[in-house]
Amino acid sequence: MKWLVFILSILATPLVAVQPDEVLDDAALEIRARSLSADLRCPVCRNESIDESHADIARDLRLLLRERLVVGDTDEQAMQFLVDRYGEYILFNPRVAGVNILLWFAAPIMLLFSGGIAFVTIKVRSRAAEPVGLNAEEKKRLEELTGDKDSRATLMN
Amino acid sequence: MIIELGHFALILAALIAVVQVVVPLVGAHVGWRGWMAVADPAAVVQLLLVGYSFSALMYAFVVSDFSLKLVVANSHSAKPLLYKISGVWGNHEGSMLLWLLILVLFGACASLFGSNLPASLRARVLGVQAAVSVAFYAFILFTSNPFERLAFPPFDGRDLNPLLQDPGLAFHPPFLYLGYVGLSMSFSFAIAALLEGRVDAAWGRWVRPWTLAAWIFLTIGIALGSWWAYYELGWGGFWFWDPVENASLMPWLLAAALLHSAIVVEKRESLKAWTILLAILAFGFSLLGTFIVRSGVLTSVHAFANDPQRGVFILLILAFFVGGGLLLFALRANSMEAKGVFGLVSRETAIVSNNVLLAVTSFVVFWGTIWPLVVELASANAVWGAGMANPFYSMGLFDRPEQVSVGPPFFDFAVTLIFVPLTLILPIGAVLAWKRGSLARAVKSMVPIAVLSVAFGLLAYAVQTGRSTLGPIGVVLGIWVVGGAAMDLWLRTGRGRIMSRLKRLPRLPRADWGKLMAHAGMGITVFAVAALLAWEDEDIRVAQISDRWQVGIHEIELTEVVDIEGPNYFGEGGIITVFRNGHEVGEVFAEKRFYPVAQMPTTEAGIRNGLFRDVYVVLGDQQVGGGWAVRTYIKPFANWVWGGAILMALGGFISLSDRRLRVAAGAVKSSGKHNAQSVPAE
Repeated sequence: MKWLVFILSILATPLVAVQPDEVLDDAALEIRARSLSADLRCPVCRNESIDESHADIARDLRLLLRERLVVGDTDEQAMQFLVDRYGEYILFNPRVAGVNILLWFAAPIMLLFSGGIAFVTIKVRSRAAEPVGLNAEEKKRLEELTGDKDSRATLMN
Repeated sequence: MIIELGHFALILAALIAVVQVVVPLVGAHVGWRGWMAVADPAAVVQLLLVGYSFSALMYAFVVSDFSLKLVVANSHSAKPLLYKISGVWGNHEGSMLLWLLILVLFGACASLFGSNLPASLRARVLGVQAAVSVAFYAFILFTSNPFERLAFPPFDGRDLNPLLQDPGLAFHPPFLYLGYVGLSMSFSFAIAALLEGRVDAAWGRWVRPWTLAAWIFLTIGIALGSWWAYYELGWGGFWFWDPVENASLMPWLLAAALLHSAIVVEKRESLKAWTILLAILAFGFSLLGTFIVRSGVLTSVHAFANDPQRGVFILLILAFFVGGGLLLFALRANSMEAKGVFGLVSRETAIVSNNVLLAVTSFVVFWGTIWPLVVELASANAVWGAGMANPFYSMGLFDRPEQVSVGPPFFDFAVTLIFVPLTLILPIGAVLAWKRGSLARAVKSMVPIAVLSVAFGLLAYAVQTGRSTLGPIGVVLGIWVVGGAAMDLWLRTGRGRIMSRLKRLPRLPRADWGKLMAHAGMGITVFAVAALLAWEDEDIRVAQISDRWQVGIHEIELTEVVDIEGPNYFGEGGIITVFRNGHEVGEVFAEKRFYPVAQMPTTEAGIRNGLFRDVYVVLGDQQVGGGWAVRTYIKPFANWVWGGAILMALGGFISLSDRRLRVAAGAVKSSGKHNAQSVPAE
């Protein structure tokens, strides 16, 4: 058992992401840091933000981000600082610029396109299928058969 | 010997599947009844053979037969029995065999319960189903053989990934696969109808129960996975927009659309071509999901059991079936004329809107999931091998290889944007009349619900500590949908005095009750997700033993930390006492485990489940200066997220038990008399 404890102590992986010693004293800054780090991807993890990840580099990035906020960077400046060093890969929320426009606008275009097709198709079909009224002769025949001038005729419409 | 027989049974089943493709399809084309009839016994024999093969593999896991490569890689003699069994599908080879088992199970069910299907349609459905299974037999036998032996068996196995050693994971994949693979039935019906050249109300009635069953299983599977992530991964997230999760969400969304459009085919003989297309695409997304999970082409936290080489094989299967299906669709879709026409304001239009919104959501999820791959491939230096310049560079789209990520912020934004209108139109659309409805009347009937939901939304806004609009919006949408579903059911009781309408409630068809529950479940999940995201409390600190601190309305005390030891792990457990207003209300146990064989640490959060909120505590590392890192979360309405999903699935089950669908599925013995034609359409 002793050697197992030894292994455990050298592995000592922090199992929670944000460590107590990282938390900033300024609560407002900390909230900003948390919400920004939720949008930053841990560069070595599969699909985790630096806020969730327990990789060492994620911790470094969290500390770096907080440093930037403490020296007075705006959110955009702090993000840009990290993007300059790690590339746009770390942004979980791709910028609406460059080729990513295709990502952002694909859905609205698809919605307008499919909605438009559906609308036009339904409109055309429903008009094509307007119930054709009875002609005069048919109406007369109907009245003869039913002996009722108003109620039945309106029903047939 | 048992293992070799299992392997042999699989090969034999593959050969039978080939026969089941060729003979019934030829028979149906030429009109030979004898040839068509081959499909039925073949489907059942396939099930028996694959069932034996799967049992043989399970036996090897249970007795820890370490002469089998797969068992060595994924099991350990000290592992609890449940995880020895679930270890069968906790890896690539075994999970593909489970996939196949479920595929042939559905085929056999179609044969056993499909006695009221026209002979040619049944032969074609089973033939197409067998074609899908042939592809997967080939995949398993040629690239992922689970029965591979080792010449020198080791003394013990390497254990299963500890994260997977959990009851949630024992049941999550089978349900998910039942859903994924269940959609193969809808696909087979769609292709069979295209081959047959005929889609009518009866077809809609046959295809609905299969789609409904697949959707129910998919719902349960996704909910189980999300619940597992919530309590196991250690920070209480329940959805990460991970490629693998998206892979299950895409077919779910399309299956939901398909369920609704099949109703229109059945009741109004309209939307036929669209329904066929949806069925093809829904199964296409299932295959795509299998590809994403199995190839690991998209980086993901679900990075167990994958291999790019195998991915290519699945991609070929995907291309063949979806491509072939779409081609057939393009050739034959024109022959399907809509009989029932409908006006712009009608239930049909409402369902079309539902379909458009669900399909676009599915598309957004798909697009966002593959976007990083698209950018990486398109911006690579040489696209088509060495020496070939990248044409996108000269177009100015890229100037260097790029990598982008698409994560939760994008998906949250895009999906919310579509789901808000979807939830808004749901109650109105659900009460519109078929063919030609009155929007004014539908809106008028929902006015009380609208007033109620807005009132509660305002109340929530006033009561909360003025933080977000997300929570109140969730309240409004949730009550709007749940109340709307209740109002819908109430309107079904017709006119008259309240007492007589109440008496009519239990006599309403089960489909109506199913509709109520499924829609209400959706409303509850929408509300719970918004509430959980908006009103969560979090606290991170270093706590000494017997420290007590306030989180939300609770006080939390770290009472004691003890050593723990399990069958194949050891670690520490924190006993945390929860107080409210100074009174003890409960105790949770948060563990930090270490699995020595797999060399992997895990956390087991201590969760106190409550109706209105969960208290969620995670024990971190012991600190150098004494004390422990402790994270505490208060998760409002957490259980409602999965509760809503379970309600949706339950609604599906109740709807499935409705007589009309049972008759269609042929499960009722007396169905000889009530054949499909004699069942009233409404």
